[in-house]
Amino acid sequence: MSIDLSQFVPVFLEESFEGLEVMESGLLNLEEDDAEAINAIFRAAHSIKGGAGTFGFSNITDFTHVVETLMDELRAGRRSCSDSLKSVLLSSVDCIRLLLEAARDGTSCDDPQIKQVHQQLEAELSFDNKDKVAIVDNEFEKIEISSSPVAVKETQGWVIDFAPAPHLLMTGNEPILLISALADLGQLVTYAATDQVPSLDELNPEELFLHWKIDLYSDCSELAVREVFEWVEGDCSLSVLPLQTLADEVSEESVPNDSVSDEIAFDKVAEKSSTALVLNNESVEQPTIRSETASSKNNDDSSAAPAQNTRKIQADQGSIRVGIDKIDGLINRVGELVITQSMLGQVGLEMSDCDHPGVERLNDGLVQLERNTRDLQEEVMRIRMLPISFVFNRFPRMVHDISSKLGKVVELTLSGEQTELDKTVMEKIGDPLLHLIRNALDHGLETPQERIATGKAESGTIHLSASHQGGFIIIQIKDDGRGLDTNKIQEKALSSGLITTDQVLSDSDIHDLIFVPGFSTVAEVNDLSGRGVGMDVVRRNIEALGGYVAVVSEAGEGSTFTVSLPLTLAILDGQLIKTQHEIYIIPLLSIIESIWVSTESLNAVAGRGRLFLFRDEYIPVINLSDVFCLSETTKSFTNSLMVIVEGGGKRAGLIVDELQGQQQVVIKSLETNYKRVEGFSGATILGTGQVALILDVAGVIKMGLDSSTKQYPHAINKDDGYLLAKVDI
Amino acid sequence: MTEAVEPLLLETRQFLTFILADEEYGVDILRVQEIRGWVPVTRIPNSPGYMKGVLNLRGEIIPIIDLRMRFGLQSREYGATTVVIVVWINGPESEHCMGIVVDAVADTYDVSSDDIQPAPLIRNGIDPKFFEALATMNEKMVVLLDLDYLMNSDEQSCVDLDRLQ
Repeated sequence: MSIDLSQFVPVFLEESFEGLEVMESGLLNLEEDDAEAINAIFRAAHSIKGGAGTFGFSNITDFTHVVETLMDELRAGRRSCSDSLKSVLLSSVDCIRLLLEAARDGTSCDDPQIKQVHQQLEAELSFDNKDKVAIVDNEFEKIEISSSPVAVKETQGWVIDFAPAPHLLMTGNEPILLISALADLGQLVTYAATDQVPSLDELNPEELFLHWKIDLYSDCSELAVREVFEWVEGDCSLSVLPLQTLADEVSEESVPNDSVSDEIAFDKVAEKSSTALVLNNESVEQPTIRSETASSKNNDDSSAAPAQNTRKIQADQGSIRVGIDKIDGLINRVGELVITQSMLGQVGLEMSDCDHPGVERLNDGLVQLERNTRDLQEEVMRIRMLPISFVFNRFPRMVHDISSKLGKVVELTLSGEQTELDKTVMEKIGDPLLHLIRNALDHGLETPQERIATGKAESGTIHLSASHQGGFIIIQIKDDGRGLDTNKIQEKALSSGLITTDQVLSDSDIHDLIFVPGFSTVAEVNDLSGRGVGMDVVRRNIEALGGYVAVVSEAGEGSTFTVSLPLTLAILDGQLIKTQHEIYIIPLLSIIESIWVSTESLNAVAGRGRLFLFRDEYIPVINLSDVFCLSETTKSFTNSLMVIVEGGGKRAGLIVDELQGQQQVVIKSLETNYKRVEGFSGATILGTGQVALILDVAGVIKMGLDSSTKQYPHAINKDDGYLLAKVDI
Repeated sequence: MTEAVEPLLLETRQFLTFILADEEYGVDILRVQEIRGWVPVTRIPNSPGYMKGVLNLRGEIIPIIDLRMRFGLQSREYGATTVVIVVWINGPESEHCMGIVVDAVADTYDVSSDDIQPAPLIRNGIDPKFFEALATMNEKMVVLLDLDYLMNSDEQSCVDLDRLQ
């Protein structure tokens, strides 16, 4: 029977941290009297407490118990949600997090903050104790089987958790007889949990949905208790613990005056439980079950309870927890499968001329294989996709904290939280977004006085939105603050030598300067934005993910930062191109169009760079074979094939020799065994088994522009020669 | 042959040796993953000349370097005996794989630690830092290579060598 509980601790911690997030976001949104939100917070607190109790983290149990009690009173409407209560509860979330982290790291946590918050919570709790006492017993349906009243301070005995399997009744066993048998051993207090009972129309009368928590006050041995359950041992989960070890909890439950709901799993709904019992087995005699409490309050709860329970059950059935390494392994395997499939496809094509009756069948099979592989790959990729709310949910709390620290009134609105993206992208985007929001709070939004003086509403708004656009996710952070001050930026850039006085810059060029390394407009470093992480780091991190960030700003009206990121880092649709016998892959998403151009349509600028008029815009023309130093002589542009691409917010025309097929490619990192190569975001394996490099379009445009304005920084790399010394001119 | 009286002290290591410009070089056999024939690789633009390109090794993309060029020796046409030795490299952060192109594979030897001595400073153009030690095998001198340094040292070292010559 003994199970090593420690193996479940990581799961408990993970769930608890998620629970904390639920509590946090719930508390922040608790402006209106939202019963659903309060319930969600309560449930989260409750399951943290329950789990902590199971794993013996008594400090977490104690602390969370108070939070839970407060939430429970809120839930029952016995307490109104004041701002002070909210902030105490919010800080309690931090404390629980500290405690959980300590539990995870195996350290003890005695932060003075925890004690302090604990006291605050207790103070809140005792604030109107009188109200509470009157309704204390609502929380439990106590079913007494023993006729004599329960002796309150008994400490000898057993706490029995009896959770029969749904099919118990069909095995011919009768829980009520078991409980009666227990009653022969001593005094009994029985709590029936009805939280698993489905609504009436879904209820299968032949199944058992109840479970029981039984306090047995007796000096009998554990063996005697277990003997009672001997016949149902395989059909139930049973735990028998001595009362002594649970003395704290028990005394609390059995003393009416200080007891408040402890175990919500043993949810009480008097009507429901008795109905369920009758439905389950008609032989149960009603009179033996005496319901101590069934106040009108309970009726209110009962309408909400079934809805919650069914939803909970659905969620439980709908998900499993799998380690990310397993999923990554799966994705890698599928990647290999795709490569093998495209290799076979190629073989099939080559064999289609072959005069053999099997060839047609082979090709049919290959088509099917291709479809199935693609579907499989899509499905597997979807496993990793998560809604961006995982990231967004961190922000309301942060905005709440920072704005109060700064004395600003800020309203944060979110939209498109359900937009899905790859988990790896999500993990890496949190910090850059955090920084952008901090920045908006700190530099973007004005203080209420300033806002009123400029005729704006007192409270500033930050709008955070996410949406899909092609294969990208677009995240916008929009504030209605003062906007970027172009003069100030220009001054700063001049003084730090980023630009020269003779440079004529458009507003958007100036705005772009904030992303340049070594630029920061705030003179003094404060603990919010100026943590040594500049906008240049934000841009670099985002670009490392294959995305880009841009800013649009209007003085006095606010700024909008737009972050665009690829949905996944694992696969992409690519266009195969050939230049100088080398095959490269251009991400299909960055291609606008491919055209034949003649020399006349290319306008030379200063001899070297060339521009092409594309849709009323002059775009630079980049010869791939020059940028990659593939040939020794610069080819003249006579009727060339040009692929017009967009990357990093810029457009350019790439001169290539040949367009080949389009295919979905699995992105492999060059960094695993080698290192990052400028101009490439990775590599892939083609159907032939050959490696092809994937162009990083933004990087190639940058290289192309650099080399057309400067001399080539790299010496010609001859196939069989040495690298000649790099000479920077 | 020395008698293995104290095997703990007289540790024996196995080396795989290969030929490069008529010289024999050795690498610790535990570092060798496999030996393959030369196949064309995908070039990496703007990389140093000794970096031949990348190769698909069962789904892994591994870099292939030409050891002759890495050492600043005269390169030569790849022929029938040209092989790629795939070895493990311990990098600053993680272990990774790479292939080195050599003229031919020679032999494997058991060498007791007695027969290994530190490499003297040789001024023949090859950076002595690439050498881990010298070993005597069958009365021949074999240079044992420091693979980690070979791949992890920055590209600049090679350029400096070219200047020296």
